[in-house]
Amino acid sequence: MIRSTPELEIDILHSRGAKGGSLSTAQNIHQKEIHVIYQFDTVIVGSGGAGLYAALEAGQKSKTAVLSKLYPIRSHTGAAQGGISAALGNVEEDKAEWHAFDTVKGGDYLVDQQAVRILAEEAIQAVYDLENRGLPFNRTPDGRIDQRRFGGHTRNFGEGPVRRACYAADRTGHMILQTLYQQCIKHNVAFFDEYQVIDLLLHGSTCNGVVVVELATGEIHTFVAKAVLFATGGFGRMFRITSNAYASTGDGPAVCARRGIPLEDMEFFQFHPTGIMGLGILITEAVRGEGGVLRNRDGERFMERYSPTLLDLAPRDIVSRAIITELRAGKGIRGDGKIDDYLHLDATGLGKEVLQSKLPDISSFCQTYLGIDPAASPIPVLPTAHYAMGGIPTDVHGRVLGDAKGTIVDGLYAAGECACISVHGANRLGTNSLLDLVVFGRRAGRHIADYVRQADLVMPGKDAADEARARIARLTDGGTGPHGGEITDEMQIVMMEKVGIYRNENDMRAAIAAIQALRERYQHVRVQDTGKSFNTDLLELIELGNMLDLCLVTATSAVARQESRGAHSREDFPDRDDGAWLKHTLAFLEQDAVRLDYKEVDTSIWKPKPRTY
Amino acid sequence: MKIILNIQRFNPDTDTGPYFQEYGVEADPNERLLDALMRIKRFQDGSLGFRKSCAHGVCGSDAMRINGRDGLACKTLVKDVVEKEGETITVEPLRYLPVQRDLIVDQKPFFTKYRFIKPYLINDEEVEGKERLQSPEERMVFDDTTNCILCAACYSACPVLGEKRGFVGPAAIAQAFRFIADSRDRGRDERLQLLDNKTGVWPCQNHFKCTEACPRSILITKRINQTKELIKKHQR
Repeated sequence: MIRSTPELEIDILHSRGAKGGSLSTAQNIHQKEIHVIYQFDTVIVGSGGAGLYAALEAGQKSKTAVLSKLYPIRSHTGAAQGGISAALGNVEEDKAEWHAFDTVKGGDYLVDQQAVRILAEEAIQAVYDLENRGLPFNRTPDGRIDQRRFGGHTRNFGEGPVRRACYAADRTGHMILQTLYQQCIKHNVAFFDEYQVIDLLLHGSTCNGVVVVELATGEIHTFVAKAVLFATGGFGRMFRITSNAYASTGDGPAVCARRGIPLEDMEFFQFHPTGIMGLGILITEAVRGEGGVLRNRDGERFMERYSPTLLDLAPRDIVSRAIITELRAGKGIRGDGKIDDYLHLDATGLGKEVLQSKLPDISSFCQTYLGIDPAASPIPVLPTAHYAMGGIPTDVHGRVLGDAKGTIVDGLYAAGECACISVHGANRLGTNSLLDLVVFGRRAGRHIADYVRQADLVMPGKDAADEARARIARLTDGGTGPHGGEITDEMQIVMMEKVGIYRNENDMRAAIAAIQALRERYQHVRVQDTGKSFNTDLLELIELGNMLDLCLVTATSAVARQESRGAHSREDFPDRDDGAWLKHTLAFLEQDAVRLDYKEVDTSIWKPKPRTY
Repeated sequence: MKIILNIQRFNPDTDTGPYFQEYGVEADPNERLLDALMRIKRFQDGSLGFRKSCAHGVCGSDAMRINGRDGLACKTLVKDVVEKEGETITVEPLRYLPVQRDLIVDQKPFFTKYRFIKPYLINDEEVEGKERLQSPEERMVFDDTTNCILCAACYSACPVLGEKRGFVGPAAIAQAFRFIADSRDRGRDERLQLLDNKTGVWPCQNHFKCTEACPRSILITKRINQTKELIKKHQR
């Protein structure tokens, strides 16, 4: 199914003891120390929504490969439930301008406003395009795409909730992922399934490829390309309780950070208010969009006290904080004041029919994991680590920015959750993540298609993969060392407890010290699996290393920001401070230290105002 | 509680054939089988090979055979198995797909068959900058089939594939139906033609094992029978 056979070169000059061969001779790839070089115009790392959309666009005009550590339709885009926002106005009046404003306000004004204008305006055509490609949206009685309410999305600049979220039951992400994968099949996109990226190649300030491990063989390969797009998704696995997949380990941002690319606004990590207690499995905001309400132990609809206008449909950061505040006040269902106490999401008023037609997966999750029927019993919920607002800094074409001046790293792109444009600012609104990956995945793909036409391919030097090779060799050298399991557990607990919803200086300093100690222990870990083929043990250790680096960047960025804004809530600095902190963080990972720089926020359309709902 | 997982192992680099290995592991009855597998992998034996990702039944990575039934390890609770069948749980890779390592199978044959039925909307008609209209009733005709996560549990559960390895399999037919029954699609005849042969719909003998196995509650057997009816109506 590969449209153009990859030009596989066994680079005899660069290899150590390599013999000539071709892709079809699999035994060659198994040989030790072989240096296989694949050559493409465009390499896309990650096959979620952003990666697949970019591949569809770039693949029309350039020789494109999609590398993914998972099979494509396993990506976490498929877990997104509630909807994708666009001001179609199918069920009530709506405007892209209102959508853009809601997104800016939802992000507590740490949002680049021209980028958001693009997001909201292109949303409309993006949703129609998905429908035209086959996405089975729920429909209105007259056959149009149906729309429902979601947190923080309002009519006329905050007057009340608006129906803006286009949806396919509570499986909207699944349908987007499936539809895009189907289109990739139709257009013969070349996939390299179960290839894990481990390094980024830069020639001066120009990107010219990536180094990967092939899971099937354990071999290290180089993909040379004129353009590389990272679309590797989020990194919620830094935290103990998360809605994110095991695969959400931030491989793209970590690889970039180790090569000197800054990471933007990493202190902003969203906790979704309603994860299934203990498991963190997402219960979509659409439950509240359809009329579900949060209740404390007294049965009180407590959001009335925190958000008089939007109530349960306030943005997620506000609802998550409200839940923790209730728990601390002893208003949790157990009432013991501990933060692992829980609250009730009451969907019993929706009726069986609405639950079945609009929220069937939620009903199924409740049945499977809790043994309850949400039509009859309230759902026990707690906030769950959900979404990284921060990531690899890009412009509105997906081009990666290498510093606070906005210097473009030629040939390097990022899109989707791993990127920071920034359209989500300090707190993302529900349904805007699917929108982000569709709009900006597509834009990046289009820009790449033009870029590679005029760019020259720079072949990497013979030692290009040496660093990656050394990194893997250290993990697999047969030496003895600790395994990754305990380090993973300790990392997730410290991040959850000390860099979670509420933060303070002492906790975060302690977290940084703990993460540094874990990174030191990581220097001694070794695989237990000594095999080469399908060594998932090795992949997990690579992922752990990536997360440890991102934890350090996150905690360091967070302790520096002495204000509360969006998802970053400081007990010791409870107010937003626009004078000092209306700026984006850029964090540079320099070995074991993080250097911080800052850049301006684009507030060219709406001046920051107090954020009330 | 303490449970025992009796897991089929195979490493192509070192083993001549598959064998079973027992692991004792502490597990809460309400935990997922995947949680127990992860505990083994992270704290007992890092060499145990299996795929996983979302951990709540929507990505399709961790389909395997659990006490002889095909399903997702993340959608199977420990208590669901242990209460009925005792604390030893046998875990094997999916059937009819080459084992690559332990519980990891080569999914290529499964995906090749999926690609064969043209799993994408076929419609070259112009759309004028908006959505194609579709009534809620038309949308519901194929609703369940859109849930498919391509986990291959149905493929492994199908008795027909044990005898006729060339059979396109339940998932591919259900996905063909997903498009054939979509009022927006124009590829009905070409897909029906692809399935009207001895590796297409006809080997299916209504064992209903696919429907039983499906972790997404798709009425696969029913969709296969509807596809057979469409072939009779339109192809013959």
